[in-house]
Amino acid sequence: MRKIRALIVDDSSVMRKIVERSIRQAGIDLAEVREAGNGAEALGALKESGADLVLCDINMPVMDGIEFLKQLQGVENAKGVPVVMITTEGSESHVVQALSIGARGYIRKPFTPEQVKEHVIPLLDDKK
Amino acid sequence: MNTTNPISTHDGTLESWRPMLELAAREVFEIMLGCKLEVQNDEPSLPGEFTAMVGLAGQLCGLLTLRCGSQSAALMASKMLGAEIKETDQQMWDAIGEIANMVAGNFKNKLSGMGEGCMLSVPTVITGSDYSCRSMADTAPLEVAFLFEGAPVVIALELHS
Repeated sequence: MRKIRALIVDDSSVMRKIVERSIRQAGIDLAEVREAGNGAEALGALKESGADLVLCDINMPVMDGIEFLKQLQGVENAKGVPVVMITTEGSESHVVQALSIGARGYIRKPFTPEQVKEHVIPLLDDKK
Repeated sequence: MNTTNPISTHDGTLESWRPMLELAAREVFEIMLGCKLEVQNDEPSLPGEFTAMVGLAGQLCGLLTLRCGSQSAALMASKMLGAEIKETDQQMWDAIGEIANMVAGNFKNKLSGMGEGCMLSVPTVITGSDYSCRSMADTAPLEVAFLFEGAPVVIALELHS
């Protein structure tokens, strides 16, 4: 598998580190990891230099993950970039809403590295 | 491991949700920290140096709190990150806020129908023990006392009707 550039979006710096560790434990080779503390920061990062994979929380200050997904559709650098939501908001309506506006996967916290692997690897295989 | 147990209604007392709250907390600690929580059946001592709070709004309205001492908070952060965290490290606050957030989310997702109509706030963490908190909740809180690596951790749920 090729090395990928990941963008991790969560207002918790601890959770961003855990997500990064889980990606590595899933056997995904990371060329670069960037972090954003909310959806607005993530949009800025994507406009600047894109990414191969975005892992995004929903419940964040400034701009939440749902609004991020909506605005992402207008970002040229983000076209085709898979976004996987990683969140405590695990209700069916949240899942349906996120998937309907562009998320490619949905992982509920607490999560294991195996769950990250299960949801992320197929998306990266799609991009080969 | 997000087991969803169907509880469609509760019997009017928070006490009936104790097993769900215990399970929600145990899962978070096992999955994210790699540690088992032991339920403390004795009268809990109230560790008050760190209090993480997550608000619930909507169908389920109230507050979930997690209280622990500074050494426990540092140890939780260390276990989560897989690296030693000192008691003065900002990541300690972040870690216990995130643990409280995951316990609250895991708990509400286990209550059939509640996940849909209940939103969580971003967590807030208070440090220090010399404070009083007046809740608008109209019932006594459900408190679950645990031992985490031998030190007390208390998780409480207060709800408005």
